[in-house]
Amino acid sequence: MGQITLQQVTKNFGDVQVIPPLDLTIEDGEFTVFVGPSGCGKSTLLRLIAGLEDITSGTILIDGADATAISPAKRGLAMVFQSYALYPHMSVRKNIAFPMRMAGVDKAEQDRRIEQAATALNLTDYLDRRPGQLSGGQRQRVAIGRAIVREPAAFLFDEPLSNLDAALRVGMRLEISELHKRLETTMVYVTHDQVEAMTMADKIVVLRAGNIEQVGSPLDLYRTPRNVFVAGFIGSPKMNLIEGPEAARHDAHTIGVRPEHIDVVETDGQWQGRVGVAEHLGSDTFFHVHDTGLAEMLTVRVAGEVNLRHGDTIHLNPRADQIHRFDDKGLRIQ
Amino acid sequence: MATKASRSAARLMMAPAVILLLGWMLVPLCMTLYFSFKKYLPLRGGDLGWVGFDNYVRFFSSSAFWPSVIATLVIVGGVLAITVVFGILLAILLDQPMWGQGIVRILVIAPFFVMPTVSALVWKNMFMDPVNGLFAHLWKFFGAAPIEWLSQASMTSIVIIVAWQWLPFATLILLTAIQSLDSEQLEAAEMDGAPPLSRFGYITLPHLNRAITVVVLIQTIFLLSIFAEIFVTTQGSFGTKTLTYLIYQRVLESQNVGLGSAGGIFAVILANIVAIFLMRIVGKNLDA
Ligand SMILES: Nc1ncnc2c1ncn2[C@@H]1O[C@H](COP(=O)(O)OP(=O)(O)OP(=O)(O)O)[C@@H](O)[C@H]1O
Ligand SMILES: [Mg+2]
Repeated sequence: MGQITLQQVTKNFGDVQVIPPLDLTIEDGEFTVFVGPSGCGKSTLLRLIAGLEDITSGTILIDGADATAISPAKRGLAMVFQSYALYPHMSVRKNIAFPMRMAGVDKAEQDRRIEQAATALNLTDYLDRRPGQLSGGQRQRVAIGRAIVREPAAFLFDEPLSNLDAALRVGMRLEISELHKRLETTMVYVTHDQVEAMTMADKIVVLRAGNIEQVGSPLDLYRTPRNVFVAGFIGSPKMNLIEGPEAARHDAHTIGVRPEHIDVVETDGQWQGRVGVAEHLGSDTFFHVHDTGLAEMLTVRVAGEVNLRHGDTIHLNPRADQIHRFDDKGLRIQ
Repeated sequence: MATKASRSAARLMMAPAVILLLGWMLVPLCMTLYFSFKKYLPLRGGDLGWVGFDNYVRFFSSSAFWPSVIATLVIVGGVLAITVVFGILLAILLDQPMWGQGIVRILVIAPFFVMPTVSALVWKNMFMDPVNGLFAHLWKFFGAAPIEWLSQASMTSIVIIVAWQWLPFATLILLTAIQSLDSEQLEAAEMDGAPPLSRFGYITLPHLNRAITVVVLIQTIFLLSIFAEIFVTTQGSFGTKTLTYLIYQRVLESQNVGLGSAGGIFAVILANIVAIFLMRIVGKNLDA
């Protein structure tokens, strides 16, 4: 069990309101990801759920019971910190055993759970090392191991992969996703990397300045962003946002087209521009297109390899059914 | 310093400092050794020739020797215990966010800037004086007979005075160590279900290990040779005669340089024994 409900939760640091009144329900077994730009209050929200910060007003329910005044230890949640927060003077085994030792789990059961976690996380060979003698990825797994053995109602992750290199990050992303499939425990995951959010989440919560901009499945957010902010934030590379006459032609203040929804044609495109930087990824190529008269720059995805060079003229056709329209308040027009 | 070339360069660079320090140390040590084998009484005939181990035997077998060693160790042990325990408590207290933190920190550090002679005199006359001292007034206020601190509780008094001087040093080192503790570790322990005392025991204290080692080693070096505090208070009476004070008496009061030098060598040996013990107990913390 691990349903978490926030009702009208706010948080002030001194006079500054970091989280304005916020309602959110995280269902049991769901993998929920908080994304948003730096400083938008993701960590703060997670720490409020964990109980490491007191909420200023509102209620937090865990499995329907009021947990607002309950201490972090008693909420039955486990947290994995960005810095891993391993205990440096304890061996990996002792690190993983620590929460069980505090809970008074008997020795045989402790060993059983450590063995199980170590096998699942590929840590068996490192159990007697100190955290200082491990690589970043291994430390990360120890931190996860320490969280697993508590058999918590929910896991809280605060940017757990941001200290890892790109290849390792992809690997750990998969491992965490698999862990979630296997344990079927609620997970709340904070990141500012929208690729992580898209690939791992059942549900994404997009935050800006403490406000929830949109909640939905990754594809919901991709297909129907509720406003300009979400449209620009979800998707990689970013959606092209166009204002002015071209937008007016579609009866909107702003229109948005994703780079993958613009076709390159030989001649007579609706839009034309000059090719700038080309990012060749092998499978795809992203062209930066300038001088279109629509926006500073448009990004266009072309599958495979294309013979266009810096300075060439390029003709573009946006797919009509993939144009997102937004009004002057930035909200989506259906 | 990984390569051979950089290692030998480093040796060359360090040589002047090492040679200077060695000379600084070796010359007095050799002179002490030299005098310790002589009968040398400056006011009663001067250099009276070699006497072999006579001075050592006399110093060692004098009735004042063992009590002075014990007095020295009691003072060192007592002061270390007080400064480490209260140092940790004060450091934790000073680490809490509070109003006027900067000023409080400076006030706590202040005793360290007071010269030992001055602080001992202040303690002796203002606090521990059986007639006018603040403690005497306090005792009288509660209807008790004032304690004659320096004669009835001489050892305790000296330990209190010296501990008061060294507490800021311990607090300062331990405070910087506490401040370097990653707060996420404490939060992780909190989430793992550790109550405050366990958090202190399992996280904070191990983190302080190295700082405590430094405090203990450095203080021991200085505490083995405290002198002024005894000189201006009890003058070595009432069982407060430390090894240092005994040597002082032999050299200056009895004008026996040879005997004092032999005592000096004993002091060096005692310091080394203490150092070896300390290294065994706490020194391994410095390796990690
Ligand atoms: N202890 C604190 N005291 C005062 N302000 C704070 C405190 N902690 C966070 N803040 C402020 O609250 C806001 C949200 O911080 P938070 O750490 O939640 O951001 P974040 O979304 O996690 O950002 P990042 O992606 O950079 O980690 C920031 O503007 C920050 O300055
Ligand atoms: Mg953060």
